[in-house]
Amino acid sequence: MKEGVSPTDKRNLILAFESSCDETSVAVIEDGHKILSNIVATQIKSHQRFGGVVPEVASRHHIEEVTLCIADALSEAQVGYDDLDAVAVTYGPGLVGALLIGVTAAKTVAFAHNLPLIPVNHMAGHIYAARYVEPIEFPAMALLVSGGHTELVYMPAENEFEIIGETRDDAAGEAYDKVGRVMGVNYPAGKTVDEWAHQGHDTFKFPRAMEKDDNFDFSFSGLKSAFINTTHHADQIGEKLNKQDLSASFQQAVVDVLAEKTQRALADYPVNQLILAGGVAANQGLRERLERDLSSNPTTHLVKAPLKLCGDNAAMIGAFAYVAFKHGVFADATLNADPSLEFDWVADPVK
Amino acid sequence: MKILAIDTSNRPLSVAVLDDSTVLAAITVTVHQKHAEYLLPEIERLMGMAGLKPADLDRIVVAAGPGSYTGIRIAVTTAKTLATTLNIDLVAVSSLATLAANVPVEGALVAPLFDARNQNVFAGLYRIKDGQPTAVIADAHTNITTFLEAVKEYAEPVWFLGDADHFTELINTTVSAATPRISPWLNLPQVATIGLLGQQMTPVKDVDRFVPNYLRLTQAEAEWRAKNPKEDVESYVEKI
Ligand SMILES: [Zn+2]
Repeated sequence: MKEGVSPTDKRNLILAFESSCDETSVAVIEDGHKILSNIVATQIKSHQRFGGVVPEVASRHHIEEVTLCIADALSEAQVGYDDLDAVAVTYGPGLVGALLIGVTAAKTVAFAHNLPLIPVNHMAGHIYAARYVEPIEFPAMALLVSGGHTELVYMPAENEFEIIGETRDDAAGEAYDKVGRVMGVNYPAGKTVDEWAHQGHDTFKFPRAMEKDDNFDFSFSGLKSAFINTTHHADQIGEKLNKQDLSASFQQAVVDVLAEKTQRALADYPVNQLILAGGVAANQGLRERLERDLSSNPTTHLVKAPLKLCGDNAAMIGAFAYVAFKHGVFADATLNADPSLEFDWVADPVK
Repeated sequence: MKILAIDTSNRPLSVAVLDDSTVLAAITVTVHQKHAEYLLPEIERLMGMAGLKPADLDRIVVAAGPGSYTGIRIAVTTAKTLATTLNIDLVAVSSLATLAANVPVEGALVAPLFDARNQNVFAGLYRIKDGQPTAVIADAHTNITTFLEAVKEYAEPVWFLGDADHFTELINTTVSAATPRISPWLNLPQVATIGLLGQQMTPVKDVDRFVPNYLRLTQAEAEWRAKNPKEDVESYVEKI
């Protein structure tokens, strides 16, 4: 220990694991907000061969990568097992066979080095990617948009999460992948559709679902059907539609629904911050729209998860794990994957 | 040498800890198949009984498949993570050989098999030589009749182990040589036995790249390879 440094000044180091879908990731995080390392091995190229994530293939790849990621994370952070304070791992939601590899590896490391084990909800991790921008000020709201989830999460205080609205059918990211496929874009289609959208115009005026309903839920299946019908009809009459305009029209509808519902939620739940997180939070159209909407809001300011941390990664898991650590949230060696893990719903989301 | 041996290839969970040729403690549980939940707690209990800490271990021996995909994944992930994180050796043994090792009869032919549904099995044929199972027909995922026809060629009594009782009739009609009666005890993996074998075996060279022996491609992968025979099948995962 360095001279003049008291034991209470010791930095907290967490070795965090993430393997819920198609990325194997291990990170070393200091005090919940400093990334010492964040190793991500992505399987995207493998699953692109099949047009989407194949769970059994994902699980097999995780086993190939997991111990290499541990070694790389420790060496890049220049720390050893003796320096660590805890091990953290995503235990849900996600693909069960994929989650199990991270959970098993994390439990094993915790056992081998007698370290406490912290169970982390993947969605809490996504929200805490924002912690790398600035501290979270409660109460806060998160708009979580990813391939598997679209939800509004109210956070009255640290370590408290309440869902106030979610998608009733497809997640936003899922809808992106489906319309991408129709336009011949391989999974994951979000980035390409986003780029095309910026080159086109909303000429098709697709429906905006449930904008007027008195709740904070989302729906994208109607929009998806309208999109497919439009392109299908054009195919039948041999008309070639402009992909840029199709993308712009689709994206505008998605962004309108997300932004409108978020505004309404913010009116009912005054918060200090709106956190935009999840894989689809990398979408430029969505980032720009929320920036514009929030610029005129005197009390709530927008915190966007860093672009590099929007996708799945262990750094975000480590950020939330630090909060769980402080709150004494630990698991024992029986920790299992929970593929359908969810935040609790707020008792009465509609006032 | 302190050895931890692990087998969760099928329904039974079997763990043992040895000091050279002394079995210090062994646990075999058959009442559930919650390996993800119970493997590590059982290892903790086992090590506690033996009065050992993880850092005392010198070697991990794992039954690496074939078997239930989830089962062999849990065992291999636990084993390779332990070996790398403690910087000790990893030895891999066939899950079928683990069963074959239960037969203490020198010179016996042993056919351990696991039911893989639709008349398919994971099976191999072993000869007990110097007390150790030695493969004479390599472990494979195969049709049960094809396997039995190959076994029949040896025209010797064969000890059928594992899920053999799912195929009793077929075994009786296909393999003419008398098949010894098997005590149900022999159908359970007794991982202490492979712990003993694992002392002499050569450790895995590249533990990080070690994977379970699935003996089957995923359906998606098999179809893709059939359609893309010339494509590279390695390097599809990349660090970003
Ligand atoms: Zn995610």
